[in-house]
Amino acid sequence: MDALALARWQFGITTVYHFIFVPLTIGLAPLVAIMQTAWVRTGNERWLRLTKFFGKLLLINFAIGVATGIVQEFQFGMAWSEYSRFVGDVFGAPLAMEALAAFFVESTFLGLWIFGWDKLPKKIHLACIWAVAIATNLSAFFILAANSWMQHPVGTTYNFETGRAEMTDIGAVLTNPTVLAAFPHTITAAFLTAGTFVAGIAAWWMVRKVRQGDEATARDVYRPAVVLGLITMIVAGIGVAVSGDAQAKLMFEQQPAKMAAAEGLCESTDGASFSLLAIGDLTNDCAGVTHLIEIPGFTSFLATGDWNGHVRGVDELQDYYAQWISDWEQENGVAPTFDDDTRFYPNLAVTYWSFRLMIGFAIGSAALALASLWLLRKGSVTGKVWFGRLGIAVIATPFLASSFGWIFTEMGRQPWSVAPNPNPSGIDGVWLMTRHGVSVVAGAGTILTSLVGFTLLYGVLAVLWFKLMKRYAIEGVAAGEKDPSPDGRSGDDSDAPLSFAY
Amino acid sequence: MELTDVWFVLIAVLWTGYLVLEGFDFGVGMLLGLLPRKEDRERERRVMINSIGPVWDGNEVWLLTAGGATFAAFPEWYATLFSGFYLPLFLILIALIVRVVAFEWRGKIDSPQWRAWADRALIFGSWLPAVLWGVAFGNIVRGVELDADHQYVGGFFALLNPFALVAGAVTTLIFLTHGAVFLALKTDGAIRERAAATAARLSVVTLVVAGAWAIWLQLAYSGKGWTWVAVAVAAVALVLLVLATRARREGPAFVASAVAIVGAVVLIFGSMYPDVMPALDPANSLTVDNASSTDYTLTVMTWVAVVLTPLVLLYQGWTYWVFRKRLTAEHIPASVGLTFDPPAEPVAVGSGSGSGSDGSGPDDSAGTPGA
Repeated sequence: MDALALARWQFGITTVYHFIFVPLTIGLAPLVAIMQTAWVRTGNERWLRLTKFFGKLLLINFAIGVATGIVQEFQFGMAWSEYSRFVGDVFGAPLAMEALAAFFVESTFLGLWIFGWDKLPKKIHLACIWAVAIATNLSAFFILAANSWMQHPVGTTYNFETGRAEMTDIGAVLTNPTVLAAFPHTITAAFLTAGTFVAGIAAWWMVRKVRQGDEATARDVYRPAVVLGLITMIVAGIGVAVSGDAQAKLMFEQQPAKMAAAEGLCESTDGASFSLLAIGDLTNDCAGVTHLIEIPGFTSFLATGDWNGHVRGVDELQDYYAQWISDWEQENGVAPTFDDDTRFYPNLAVTYWSFRLMIGFAIGSAALALASLWLLRKGSVTGKVWFGRLGIAVIATPFLASSFGWIFTEMGRQPWSVAPNPNPSGIDGVWLMTRHGVSVVAGAGTILTSLVGFTLLYGVLAVLWFKLMKRYAIEGVAAGEKDPSPDGRSGDDSDAPLSFAY
Repeated sequence: MELTDVWFVLIAVLWTGYLVLEGFDFGVGMLLGLLPRKEDRERERRVMINSIGPVWDGNEVWLLTAGGATFAAFPEWYATLFSGFYLPLFLILIALIVRVVAFEWRGKIDSPQWRAWADRALIFGSWLPAVLWGVAFGNIVRGVELDADHQYVGGFFALLNPFALVAGAVTTLIFLTHGAVFLALKTDGAIRERAAATAARLSVVTLVVAGAWAIWLQLAYSGKGWTWVAVAVAAVALVLLVLATRARREGPAFVASAVAIVGAVVLIFGSMYPDVMPALDPANSLTVDNASSTDYTLTVMTWVAVVLTPLVLLYQGWTYWVFRKRLTAEHIPASVGLTFDPPAEPVAVGSGSGSGSDGSGPDDSAGTPGA
């Protein structure tokens, strides 16, 4: 493999890996904050016990999220130096803002939250976890603004002298319609992940407690946790669907090739069908694609809101992009950047299946939500074994859906690093093919070294992460958590052991 | 002052923040393998780790911010530096990754092997960046082989030149001393005594090596008169550091080692200016002008930095205030880690969780120091 392929694999592996842990942190931090708020407001010890229990899981997860995030900050420069030169003027800004406005807050206040249980007044300590929760979400906004600019560049001009993109309007970059759709979609997906995680674990424990004859704990501690997770799942689930629909409509406009590829749609059609199952050699060209099950008109409806709307297929788009880019290059005396073999649409199989898997894995959370709604109605608890097993089994599904969603978004952007957008919203010249963005001086051997190194290390850490999460979930909620805050204490306790130490 | 100069200074400030704050984190991490006594190793290690427990993560963010700010303000610098120094940076990243998870996961499992691996990760994850950041900065200030497109073409082994290797020794020594001084300031009991004694010994070696390197830098690579001031400030700070550690004046000693690091950063950045990355052929050097973003981007980022940086300093300062108390072995609670094998029979909640220390203090039998 050449440096380009290796660099793409490396970025894909490290990013997907990072995003296994990110949604859980983004969603779970606010849920833990809500649990702690419930404790501070009601004084009910169950919420303190739940806060501590899910707080431990949050911290185990947070550590690996941070560790895998560090790499991302530098990888642009390491493996994608030419990309970094081209976009730095625009792309660097949200990255730097993310660090200044969000990373500092979350890292500092998480330290205060972990070690501050017995050092800070109760409400200040509570404010710390809220600061962490808000900062993790803020950080998502900035990095999504950066990513959305790659999908749909705005607020930028092309400088012919330097051959670089230059920012002209930060407001436009931060209110890019693409990020305004991507942010709610990502955040609601993260809440769906965390809601399923909380409900799944608590459901398993509730069943276990009932079967151990300890119905009191099941009812008093675990049921409220399932309900909190359930509410989160329902609200987030609706949010995911609505924001996903908005995003799809935007995508048909801004990145038609991505959506055409996702539908395996080769020829432009009015009233295009939505393909549920397709077979054939999707990777090379449209010739081999056979659609087996279809919903008539649904793709047109998704794209345009009209069952008979016109949707452009891959073949038409190929010609459209080739014509547009080469016209612009000739007009402006820019050397041709592609040849006849260049494809202007992504890998059909990956986009087709990742899109369907993203949507399909939502069934996991939906199943758990429906089962919970039925079994827990009117304040009841349940000891049904299948319910506990279902809770554990579906925890993985929103993680998988999130991963496939990102694989779809990012692989669907190929062959571009910075995608050109059709007029009238596109900016001429502000586009960059992925193959032109890779580092010049980092050879294949160098990138292979880091690819192997990161993958092996990440593999080991993922196994440890899973064992720790599983072990701490199996430990369950501790009994008799005492209020550790200094509010309720008196006298000198300077020699008492810390309430928490590494 | 041009905005490009403002951002040159700002990035120097971010690196200063990183090296001063992570400097003692690295020092503590490196000393984990050296300071604790055999007979009470586990507890003394925990005292050391917890002396930086609440703050190390925030300290590390200074690096991410320096990286992000370089990308935003000087994209050419960011691209050339990180693609050129690919392998050293890769090693640093590996070290930082294992260090992060070791901090958070060390206490989660109550087993000697688990802790031993976490300690290895912490020690390795502290030594490697301490050395490599020095080597990197040594090369940056010395100048590297850039071609006309500002691409680094010198290869990996050109980075291992004598000046850069001595620079690696300098950062390692400064961080070791800085960490020892920090521990003497933040802990009490036996570990404080040994940290103070170690700091007193290390400071002399640091004075000699760092002083010699600074003069080497000034004579060979600076070409500016005023950077002698930075050399002098660093040298005076290091002399005061030697005196303060001998006199067991821990506060002043910490200030002195911090000022020495500030002096070193000013010397390095001052010598380079107006280059951000000097090339062996000066015609190919990256400068604050040819590496920078547009005026518009710099203006936007200046506003962001002006508003947010004071806030960051304020709440990070407050964190240090909240956790200002000295730590002793008595403050360290018994391990609440679990074992990987869950209890065999239905977990009667509350039993077997290992959290038996309800205010009665550590209940292990390995005698408490100072008793």
